[in-house]
Amino acid sequence: MTTRQATFFSGVKASSPLILGMVPFALIAGIAAVNAGLSTLEALAMSYIVFAGAAQLATVDLVGQQAPVIVIVFTALIINLRFFMYSAAIAPHFQGLPLHARGGLAYLLTDQAFAVSMTAYNRGRHEYKAWFYLGAAMTMWLTWQIGTSIGVFVGARVPESWSLEFAIPLTFLALLLPSVKDRPCVVAAISAGILALVGAGLPYNLGLFLAALGGIGAGVLADTRKSHDR
Amino acid sequence: MTGDTSNLWLIMVIIGGGTFVIRFSFIWLFGRGTIRPGIQRTLRFVPAAVLSALIMPSFVLSQQVGWSLANPRLWAGLVAAGVAARTHNVLLTILAGMGTLWVLSALWSV
Repeated sequence: MTTRQATFFSGVKASSPLILGMVPFALIAGIAAVNAGLSTLEALAMSYIVFAGAAQLATVDLVGQQAPVIVIVFTALIINLRFFMYSAAIAPHFQGLPLHARGGLAYLLTDQAFAVSMTAYNRGRHEYKAWFYLGAAMTMWLTWQIGTSIGVFVGARVPESWSLEFAIPLTFLALLLPSVKDRPCVVAAISAGILALVGAGLPYNLGLFLAALGGIGAGVLADTRKSHDR
Repeated sequence: MTGDTSNLWLIMVIIGGGTFVIRFSFIWLFGRGTIRPGIQRTLRFVPAAVLSALIMPSFVLSQQVGWSLANPRLWAGLVAAGVAARTHNVLLTILAGMGTLWVLSALWSV
């Protein structure tokens, strides 16, 4: 095996423990898409075109609630704004690669691939960094496509009495808690949650949108105050 | 709940395109650009705020009765939050939440 291949498989190996966490998320994304009224083709295509779990679930949720296009698009893109951070942080490690290769790596960027690769880079992996990332990112991509496909095909057969749509907020809850790392993050989460409850009656799901912005603002305020205290 | 899917391809292409632009942004500039610290500080609150805003109504407001302590989803959410905080495990969180919902719904409907 060449060093490149070996590095690629190190990436696969490093990301494999995350498969188990992604599978239920992927299954639910597929099931929820079908339950919201998407055709099999549409539900499958979404995983390839968007390839971002939280944004896909929010999109499907809002399509099911008949929210207007602009609200759906903005909500999904706000959720994906975090990729700006990942893109900036990982970009130096992909320096020197041709544009099309960097484009491909960018399409594959996920929370998991980012976290696994940055951990490896910080621990001193200096050679074939892109191959390591590719191994991790392809593992996550395959898991997502297989998982959502299975969800799409079983989705139509899940009885409504199982209330499986409740798995969407549960999945988000599992993702939320690790992302709340310090006091300003707690402030952001709690403010956004309360604003979402207050604004739940607003038309066009605007409450969600305004609550997210309000929560981000509250987090920034808490952060500023904290740094003034020092 | 079945939604209107007539604009769905448009929605998917805009979200997919926009998401790719976000992912590619700095990788495309390959390190020549940097995020200003102020924007970076703002972006770090995005996941916590958006996820919390997305989920809170589904736990607290029931479609039938609005705000109520007899809403099984409220308790299922609390149990799931406890499991999520302890384990950071998606699968266990879903199982705990769904299990609590099923048990409470069964108990309260008899």
